[in-house]
Amino acid sequence: MENYDLVIVGGGPAGLAAAISARKDGIQSILVLERDDRLGGILNQCIHNGFGLHTFNEELTGPEYAGRFISQLLDEKIEYRLNTMVMDISHDRVVTAMNSHDGLFQIQAKAVVLAMGCRERSRGALNIPGYRPAGIYTAGCAQRLVNMEGEMPGKKVVILGSGDIGLIMARRMTLEGAKVEVVAELMPYSGGLKRNIVQCLDDFGIPLKLSHTVVNIEGKKRVEAVTIAEVGPDRKPIPGTEERYECDTLLLSCGLLPENELSKECGVELSRVTNGPVVNDALETNVPGVFACGNVLHVHDLVDFVSMEAKNAGHYAAAFIQNGEQSELTIDVICDGKVRYTVPQMIRPEAMEDTLTVRFRVSNVYKNASVVVKAGGRELIRRKKQIMAPGEMEQVVLKKADLASADKVEIGIEEA
Amino acid sequence: MEEKHLTCIGCPMGCALTVTIDNGEVVSVTGNTCKRGDIYGRKEVTNPTRIVTSTVAVEGGKDAVVSVKTASDIPKGKIFDIVNALKDVRVSSPVHIGDVIVKNVCDTGVDIIATRND
Repeated sequence: MENYDLVIVGGGPAGLAAAISARKDGIQSILVLERDDRLGGILNQCIHNGFGLHTFNEELTGPEYAGRFISQLLDEKIEYRLNTMVMDISHDRVVTAMNSHDGLFQIQAKAVVLAMGCRERSRGALNIPGYRPAGIYTAGCAQRLVNMEGEMPGKKVVILGSGDIGLIMARRMTLEGAKVEVVAELMPYSGGLKRNIVQCLDDFGIPLKLSHTVVNIEGKKRVEAVTIAEVGPDRKPIPGTEERYECDTLLLSCGLLPENELSKECGVELSRVTNGPVVNDALETNVPGVFACGNVLHVHDLVDFVSMEAKNAGHYAAAFIQNGEQSELTIDVICDGKVRYTVPQMIRPEAMEDTLTVRFRVSNVYKNASVVVKAGGRELIRRKKQIMAPGEMEQVVLKKADLASADKVEIGIEEA
Repeated sequence: MEEKHLTCIGCPMGCALTVTIDNGEVVSVTGNTCKRGDIYGRKEVTNPTRIVTSTVAVEGGKDAVVSVKTASDIPKGKIFDIVNALKDVRVSSPVHIGDVIVKNVCDTGVDIIATRND
């Protein structure tokens, strides 16, 4: 069995930032395990720009953003293994992995950072009726085909779901000569960033139909047509509103799911809301010495926030390696339902840093509502926001001094 | 007098802006709730620009294509000209981030540069 102080599972933006951060905190023995044939994760296929405004104060493309972190990793001479699949992580941090060079191997780690990212919700997870012909892709799969393999998945396209990848692919396919007929979104609001709706759909005259879903797919060998219909408040199709689009391709951009099979096997407690681990302010899971960051923890809108979160995970993993396991008081962060979830879900009021950024998402669109945070019988924060939407992550900053006597922290939305 | 209707991209509000133009001059921006809307509305009707990102074929590399972008923003109306100009471009590996792939693309004064190593 090999020994490393820190093993990081995943070499995407989260894994890279966690590794660099732990090295800066003095950890020499670090190994990053990546299943792809290169570092950088999904950023390699995200060739559009808009990454890095918060981190580098400029707009980079995905590969450029990844490239900056990869350069730092190489400068720090941090070890990594590519084409390597992690098979298991035990609760006492034995990592079992395999690749074609080393075969099956095991590593005893003092700490582990989970940075596996997420995957797309597929047709099978969506229960779309109709035949099962070729021509149905997740938006990310189409993105890989176009941007890395140089292949166009189709010529006439319907897109279900208005997540950012779907919007980005509507523009990309249009620029490459395809006709994107329509983007249908089940919800009455888009899950994508406003900027993407304007620059990817409006710029090219592509219609966005809110409260619509796919009710039929035609074609036996290849997609021949897709029928969409309007849905009511119960999200069920309204008879008589069907519209049929002849097309050869259906792209699905219907949400992302944190990829936590390894976490489950390890005994990590998962949140039913985020589908990611439940963590404290140190981004540590219920399994001591196992930390999580990035899209495996909760799905982010901006990679900049992934990098910031991963930097913290690397920092706290380093502290665990240096100081060992500490037993600390923790209190829960309670959401009111209008706040759908927070990360972290638990806080160590005595061990936390002087300030803590708590990120959260709301469950609906709220206009002129206030974010209210209470603890220890006091109102700590009341901040009015013109708008909050599920598609854009929000944050509040808590102060350690305010939580000294608290037994829980409550966060909610109050409407005017 | 001419009116143009836009959606502001400044924040998730997505204010519906109405920009009034007279002889090519912006007379007023209405519908915005903050200053960012005013700035965006004026720029978007007088000189809308975008960064164009795409790919070009690469020979001898790991992938079939390498990603590229305009080194700075270009007039919105030139997006399709630029993408079409890249259709027949072929480069050979190695390519590095920042390498100039096409100089002065479509007479915009802007170069196309690589955004991925291959």
